[in-house]
Formats: sequence, structure tokens, C-alpha cells
Amino acid sequence: MNKFDLEWINLTSGVNVRKCMRCGKCSATCPSYDEMEYHPHQFVYMVEKGNIEPLLGSDSLYKCLTCFACVERCPRGVEPAKVVEAVRLAAVRKQGGNHLTPDQIPAMLDDDLPQQAIVTAFRKYTK
Amino acid sequence: MQRIGVFVCHCGTNIAATVDVKAVAEALSHEPGVVISQDYQYMCSESGQDLVKNAIKEHKLTGVVVCSCSPRMHENTFRKAAASVGLNPYLVEIANIREQCSWIHKDIASATDKAVILGKAAVAKVHLNAPLTAGESPVVKRALVIGGGIAGIQTALDIAEAGFDVDIVEKEPTIGGKMAQIDKTFPTLDCAACILTPKMVEAAQNEHITIHSFSEVSDVKGFVGNFTVTIKKKARYVDETKCTGCGLCTEKCPMKKVPNEFNMGLDNRTAVYIPFAQAVPKVATIDPNYCMMLKNGKCGICSKVCSVGAIDYKQTDRFIEQKYGAIVVATGFNPIKPDKYNEFAYSICPDVVTSLELERLMNAAGPNGGTLLRPSDKTHPHTIVFVQCVGSRCDDEKGKPYCSKICCMYTAKHAMLIREKYPDTEVYVFYIDVRTPGKNFDEFYRRAVEQYGVHYIKGMVGKVMPRSDGKIDVQASDLLSNEQLHINADMVVLATAIEPDKTARPLATMLTTQMDTNDFFTEAHPKLRPVESATAGIILSGACQGPKDIPETVAQASAAAAKAIGLLVKNSITCNPCVAHSDELMCNGCSSCEKVCPYGAITYQDKEFRMPDRTTAVRRVASVNPAVCQGCGACTVACPSGAMDLNGFSNSQIMAEVDAICK
Ligand SMILES: Cc1cc2nc3c(=O)[nH]c(=O)nc-3n(C[C@H](O)[C@H](O)[C@H](O)COP(=O)(O)OP(=O)(O)OC[C@H]3O[C@@H](n4cnc5c(N)ncnc54)[C@H](O)[C@@H]3O)c2cc1C
Ligand code: SF4
Ligand code: SF4
Ligand code: SF4
Ligand code: SF4
Repeated sequence: MNKFDLEWINLTSGVNVRKCMRCGKCSATCPSYDEMEYHPHQFVYMVEKGNIEPLLGSDSLYKCLTCFACVERCPRGVEPAKVVEAVRLAAVRKQGGNHLTPDQIPAMLDDDLPQQAIVTAFRKYTK
Repeated sequence: MQRIGVFVCHCGTNIAATVDVKAVAEALSHEPGVVISQDYQYMCSESGQDLVKNAIKEHKLTGVVVCSCSPRMHENTFRKAAASVGLNPYLVEIANIREQCSWIHKDIASATDKAVILGKAAVAKVHLNAPLTAGESPVVKRALVIGGGIAGIQTALDIAEAGFDVDIVEKEPTIGGKMAQIDKTFPTLDCAACILTPKMVEAAQNEHITIHSFSEVSDVKGFVGNFTVTIKKKARYVDETKCTGCGLCTEKCPMKKVPNEFNMGLDNRTAVYIPFAQAVPKVATIDPNYCMMLKNGKCGICSKVCSVGAIDYKQTDRFIEQKYGAIVVATGFNPIKPDKYNEFAYSICPDVVTSLELERLMNAAGPNGGTLLRPSDKTHPHTIVFVQCVGSRCDDEKGKPYCSKICCMYTAKHAMLIREKYPDTEVYVFYIDVRTPGKNFDEFYRRAVEQYGVHYIKGMVGKVMPRSDGKIDVQASDLLSNEQLHINADMVVLATAIEPDKTARPLATMLTTQMDTNDFFTEAHPKLRPVESATAGIILSGACQGPKDIPETVAQASAAAAKAIGLLVKNSITCNPCVAHSDELMCNGCSSCEKVCPYGAITYQDKEFRMPDRTTAVRRVASVNPAVCQGCGACTVACPSGAMDLNGFSNSQIMAEVDAICK
């Protein structure tokens, strides 16, 4: 990950990752925790260190439900979901566009999927 | 003709490294009226002061300018030196070429230019300085302590020990504060009541101490050495002088469903009550919000059972006025209510409690007689989760930005006491950091881990979910093993942040003293004057100044007493002669100055004046009480007619400085 990309992520997320005090409340609250290789607090810490490459290649980007529970509960106002979203955007842009069109989605749905996840999938894969 | 001496200090290299001090002395020697201009390495040293003194004598100086550090540092030093050789101390001016020049600049040439300009301004001012004489005002030899927690009690005892009268004003029916509610105390685990109640009794019995319980300060006038305070003695509907504290009324009162604040609302009390067995004063109080006699005139049982006739339903608030030389603020703290943090389920689950509630649940005089039981079903909890930093260290509007300082230690205490008494109970503590600076503190916390097997987990609790089977699902991070945990708990204890008492802010306004953005009282200097406020005669004691445990509170309380005693032993104090006065011919009586004066020093008088056409007219004009004025200068700025002026900082002096700088 070069310096430019790191700055881009910090700029698009609008988050000051240095405010994190490493309490782990975001990861404690995250409903997708078990699905994720890297957890919300790790996103924040790794972006702070500039260690973004592993995040860009990780499935975790697409496991975040964008539920914003971490944003709501972070005592320092760090807004981890926005960091996840910014890394996700960086990855999507690098891959050169969308992977899905809306009409592909109904076939992929299953009954256990929460409403929220469907909405969030649209956010992630379209635009 | 003025004869002015200029003295430029090197302050070692503090000034001399950035300012060419010799050039400054040379430049200032050409200023009008300057007859001698010298530089020296340490002007504040004895030989430096001698230099100034000798020059005053030798050159018959009428004014002195010292270019040195801030006047806050050494103005007094040089004023005293001048006075010792017969020059009025108020003819000395300081040009601050350290804090406002050498320390904040890097470039020698421009710093030197600025130092010269600051020196010229001071010379211009000294030309207009007039000799001033400080008056004296007597000191009332009595102190007031506001708040009767351990801080207020200790301060009062120490002041009384020195032989001065001291009054404690406590808003609750008893003194004791939070310490009275605590079960055992870290780091020694001795019982709080056993060490506190003897002090409460000592305060009550001391001939120099008067306790005004169930009372509040309602007005403060005056100034250091001579405050006039109005104390509101709230109606308790019981005659304090008659009540023996027998408690019969509290047994017979039929209104038994009043939430007991001493036990944090975990059980009930009666409408007439004595907060706890060792209350001081041990006098009953009737709660008018619940007493049926006071609410609708039906009942009157307590007055029938009281054998000494102490019940008085007609009692009203009383106001007493008293003079004091010093006021000590000891209003303490309260834990915040964690109800804004929905994720901890405090409002919906009775088995989620705060640490202070836990103190009562474990206390022998608490709702369960000292047996730890779940509030919901009174069963013994087998798994307890502690959450630290609830509402502390928060950068959001729900919590506090600071570390509450005491909760790491009391959580370790709670965990240890529970493991000691109930070894079959698993105890988990979720922490962000464990902060244990203090004598024997870290050893104490390590004992909880090593000896008592408390599970300390680095991470925070994210969600607390009460389940239908009565258990509580606690979802949390274990950051070191990179896991999200679910603990099946019976109770959750929240170590909530502490905040200053809500009454502290209006009190600060009454006392014209300052608070920080968190409503803790601000000390005069964070390092060198930690127990005084910036307002003369107002002294700070205990947790009202910042989070503190008991050892620190007591240390500060004694320090506060020392400051109060230092004031009370004086027969009189020197006043500040730099006070405001009004030019009555210019004053139009508009009241602008009175509105801005924070000390209430300005009043208006109707005076007769001779008008130019030889008639007389009565006009309303401002007059300043020099004993009350603190010389802040607010009125001189507010006065639209330019009638208000400040001795030592007159409008013409300030303008002369500005002119010198702009020339
Ligand atoms: C759960 C818990 C456990 C603790 N355990 C320990 C421990 O084990 N060891 C330890 O060292 N410390 C412990 N502490 C800290 C300890 O409680 C404080 O250090 C101590 O109480 C501070 O004393 P204080 O007198 O400054 O304040 P407080 O105890 O708060 O007393 C202030 C008093 O002033 C009164 N007051 C407030 N405003 C006014 C007003 N406007 N007019 C008149 N009166 C007023 C209040 O009613 C109160 O009586 C614990 C604290 C908590 C919350
Ligand atoms: S909740 Fe906030 S402060 Fe805590 S680890 Fe997550 S991002 Fe950092
Ligand atoms: S927004 Fe994403 S990272 Fe944050 S709690 Fe929800 S799922 Fe987890
Ligand atoms: S009011 Fe009377 S009955 Fe009640 S405690 Fe006092 S003396 Fe006893
Ligand atoms: S003392 Fe400990 S528990 Fe309390 S706020 Fe500070 S770090 Fe958190």
C-alpha cells in the first residue's frame, strides 16, 4: 500500500484513526465478528499503521453489515465502520468497478439473510 | 522631571540566548527620563536586587523598569526591593521579555526589537505611575466549609485543632458523604464506617465546630477575610434541639415505600427517616414529598409517638447570616447514571448495577444485610462481570473525557472481596488499561489476579443482554486472544464515571471562582497552588477539584485547612490598591459598570453637583467599594463615558503604552 492510498483512505473515511484508545468495544459489539478475519478494531489499528494490503485482500471487507453499531458505541468517536467502508471502496475501485448488477441479486438471496444485509449488499456492490 | 532606571535581566540564557540584552539596555537608555540603563545576569538574585536598590539611592530614581520574566513571577520581588529603599512599590513596572518574548521567538534580531518595544512601553507607563498605598482590612476569625464528606470533615477538624471556629454546611441530613456508603476501602480493606464514623463524631463534639446539616449556602458577599454568607437551613419538620435520635418515629411511620437514597434506592425507608444508624447529627428528617401529614394533613403518627415533642409540621426554611474569613469548598462528587448507555442494559435489568450500588449490596447495613444477592430474585450470583471505564475516557456527549481515577482500584477491591467471601463465584473484569498509581496500589491489583484468581480481560464489553431465563449474556472483546466472548453472567457491575456535584456550578458563581469544562473547581496553579482557587480566600478540598480516592482527599483536606489557618491567624490583610474609581463629573449613572462587576463592588449614590450656570443638580453616580473591588478592570471597559478608571492601570497609562508600541 503506498502513501497515496493510505491518505486516500483517511480522506474518504473522514476518520482520525489516532483517536482510537484500543478498548475493543467496536469488536465487542460487532454482529459480524465471527465472520471476519480482521475485526473492526484491527481495521482501525492497521490503517493507523499503514498496513492496508492485508485488509484490501481480505473477505472481511464484505462481511461488515454497515450496521454502525461500532460507530454508535465507540467511546472515542472513531467511527470504525467508516474506515471499513473506505478500505472497501479502495478495493472496489482497484478492481475496476462493480461485480454485480441489481438483477443478479434475487437469485443469491437465502431466507436466513437479514434485511439489513441485503440493503448493505446493494451499497457495497452497486454504485 | 522623572528619573527612571531600566534594568534588563539575562535570566541566565533564558532571555539572553534569544534577546541581545546589552542592545536592549543601550536602546532604552535613550528614552525620555531614563537616567540609568543596565543589564545583569540574574536581576532577581540578591546582588541583582542590590543593583536596583543602589541605583534608586544613587540616582534618586522616581521610577523603575525591570525587563525580565512575567510580573506574576517577580513583580513582588522588585516592588519589595524598591520599598526597602524608600521608593513607592507601585512606581516599579515590569516588561515581560521572557514569556512574551524570548521563550516564544527564535530570531535574535526580531526578538531584540520586540524586547526594546516592550521596554519602551513600560517606560512610557512609568512616566504616568502614581504612588499608591495599600489599605488593610480585618480578618474574621471563622471559617466555612461547604460539604461534609470526608474532605469537609477533615478540613474542619484541622482548622478546629488550630483553635479557630469553623462551620460545616452539608446539604444532606447527615455528614459523611460517599465514604459513609462504601463498605470496605482499598488498599487496606478496612471497613469505611469504622474509620469514618469516629471522625464524624469528633466533628460533632468539637467545641469549635458547628454542623449545619440539611442546609445550603444561598448567598455569598464580601471578599477574602470578610465574607458574609447566608445559610439556608431547610425545613426538616423536626426540632433539631429536641430530637434525641431514638428512631421511634421512623419505626411507626406508616409510609414505608420511599426509595432509600442511602442504599441507592435498592430498598425503602419511611417518610420520616434517619439516613443510617451512625448519622451525624442523629436527628430525624421528614421527607415532604412522601409525608401524608404534610401532603394532605392526614396521619400525624410521628408527632404522637415522639416523647420529646420534636416533630414540628409547621417548620419552614430558616436563613442565618454569618461572617467568615475563609471559605473551603468540599462538595465532592457523584457517580453518573449510566442510563444513556443502552448497550449495558442498566435501565432494563435490575441485575446490572453500578459500583456504588454494589457497595450497598455488600454492606452489612445494606438492603441484604451484607449477603450479596441479585436484586431481581435474591439469589446468589455465581458469575459476575465488571465493566471498567463506563462513561469515563469518552469523547462523546454521553460520557466524560477524563479518567475517573478511582474505579480501577475499587473494581479490584470488589472483585477481591467477592472472591474472598464467595469462592464459588467466577469474577471477570473487562479493562482498557488497569491504572493503579499509588502506594501499594499495583500490588493490590496483582493480588486480585494472582491470589484471588480474578479473570482480568483486556477488552471492552459491547453488549449486555438480559435473557428470559434470568441470566445475562455479556458480549465482549478479548483483545489479547483476538476473540469475541459471550459470558453467561448473573450480575454485571458498571464502574461508572464520577462527576462533580450538580450544585457545584451555581455555588462557583456565588463564590466568583472558576471551574473547568467538566465542572471541577479550578485550582490557582495546577502544580504550585493546587488547593487554592484563583479567588482569594476560597480554598478547595477533596473530589470537587478532581477525581480522588480517600488518601488523596484527606491529604488535600489537610492542605486546605493549612491554607485557611494561614489566613485566619492574620489580624488583617493587605488590600490591593489597584482598584477602580469613578470620575463623578463624567459618570452618567447608566449602571453599565454595576452589571459587569463580578464582585458586586459598585453601588450608586445620588449626589448634589454645582452646574456651570451656578445651579445645583442631583445626579446618580457610581461609587466603588475599594475593599470589595479586585481590580479586574471589567467596569473600565464597560463604562461608555470613560468615567471608570483603574489605579495603576489607568486609561491614560494603557494608551501611553499602546502609543509607545505603535510609534
Ligand atoms: C463505588 C466507590 C467505591 C470507592 N471505594 C474507595 C475505596 O475503597 N478507597 C478509597 O480511598 N476511595 C474510594 N472511593 C472514593 C471516595 O468515595 C472519595 O475519595 C471520597 O468520598 C471523596 O470525599 P469528598 O468529601 O471529597 O466527597 P463526597 O464524599 O462526595 O462528599 C461531599 C459532601 O458534600 C456534600 N455537598 C455537595 N454539594 C453541596 C452543597 N452545594 N452544599 C452543601 N453540601 C454539599 C455532599 O452531600 C457530601 O456529603 C470510592 C468511590 C466510589 C464511587
Ligand atoms: S471502539 Fe473505538 S476506541 Fe475502542 S477499539 Fe474500537 S475504534 Fe478504537
Ligand atoms: S458496522 Fe460493520 S464493523 Fe461495525 S459493528 Fe456493524 S458489522 Fe461490525
Ligand atoms: S423526632 Fe422524636 S421520635 Fe423521631 S427520632 Fe427524634 S426524638 Fe425520636
Ligand atoms: S480509573 Fe480505571 S476504570 Fe476508572 S476511568 Fe480510569 S482507567 Fe477506567
